[in-house]
Amino acid sequence: MKEIFNIIVDLFVKNGFVMAFLIVGIVAMFSNFISAKVTRGRIHSSAIAIFLGLILAYIGGRVAGGSKGLSDIPIFTGIGVLGGSTLRDFTIISTAYGAKLSEIKKSGLIGVISLFLGIVLTFIIGALVSVAFGYRDSASVTTIAAGAVTFIVGPVTGAAVGASSDVVAISIATGVLKSIAVMLLTPVLAKKIGLKTPRAAMVFGGLMGTTSGVSAGLAATDPKLVPYGAMTATFYTGLGCLLCPSVLYFLVNIFLP
Amino acid sequence: MIYGVALLAGCMLVGSFLGNVFGLLTGLNSDIGGVGFAMILLLLVTNSRKLNRIIPETYVKGIHFWKEMYIPVTIAMAASQNVVSALSSGFLALVLGLGVVLIMLFLIPLFNKFAPSETESNEMEAEE
Repeated sequence: MKEIFNIIVDLFVKNGFVMAFLIVGIVAMFSNFISAKVTRGRIHSSAIAIFLGLILAYIGGRVAGGSKGLSDIPIFTGIGVLGGSTLRDFTIISTAYGAKLSEIKKSGLIGVISLFLGIVLTFIIGALVSVAFGYRDSASVTTIAAGAVTFIVGPVTGAAVGASSDVVAISIATGVLKSIAVMLLTPVLAKKIGLKTPRAAMVFGGLMGTTSGVSAGLAATDPKLVPYGAMTATFYTGLGCLLCPSVLYFLVNIFLP
Repeated sequence: MIYGVALLAGCMLVGSFLGNVFGLLTGLNSDIGGVGFAMILLLLVTNSRKLNRIIPETYVKGIHFWKEMYIPVTIAMAASQNVVSALSSGFLALVLGLGVVLIMLFLIPLFNKFAPSETESNEMEAEE
């Protein structure tokens, strides 16, 4: 009996990537069932699936104690490959097929405006909140504020301005929580904030920025909107890495000498 | 089908190249908006008549497959986030992470007000 069990575990570990398809398929099917039967279609099945994914990530993190959620458990490493940045980008790009070029041209300018405004406003909110929590040195304030931009901008900025590692950790956590909040809150608030046109989706992508949050949030709202939001969101992190350690750090230094 | 997948791969690599060159020019040495460039590229290529004459129409299947796989990939991505450390790293991260999202979400209607969508006036705005 034990040998059979070992064979199975071995198979799962060796074929982690294939295993990932099976697990995600089961999660999707289960979510579909809950969406249709329990919520009577009121909550999009993707939203439920993403939420379940986050719960699995929490369980995985508790069990394995790593930093990559469920995929740190040896038999589930394939989940990390399937959900890693390469395949994420590959599938995001594929969603552009079928998007209307005219819509993007039409909303291009407002998309760019929302990008700049999104980063600067987020940074200001982040700086104010971190000051309210007692941080007074410009490097820490800048790094935490940059974390509110995205969890990549935070550590990049922290390294550039020489922040301490616990501040960098807070900035990463802020960014991850932001992206989780976007995934979960977007489908809930979509109707209220008028998130139903390609233009609104482009503005949304620019204001929020976190590519994972935006793309998952829109997928759970209306998959047709994904390419528009993702298009602007993908420029956000780069622009954030550009602005935070330079112009915005400089501004923080003026206020916190 | 493989043509579509290959086309997608080509767009991703060229887009990533552009993003990296852009990163080099701005002194960041990382990929800036490579995915965005790749998306625009894919749109331009698939909208061009020439390409549709050269490549058999079935290439679309290869793109559609990955487009459908997008949500499963997103689920897997959610399952590999560092949720534990995010939730346990204190009140500041929680307040800030949630607060920023709520404030930004409620800015979207403002944007829509300033630039109303879905109306004919959009066409005129675009030409200005």
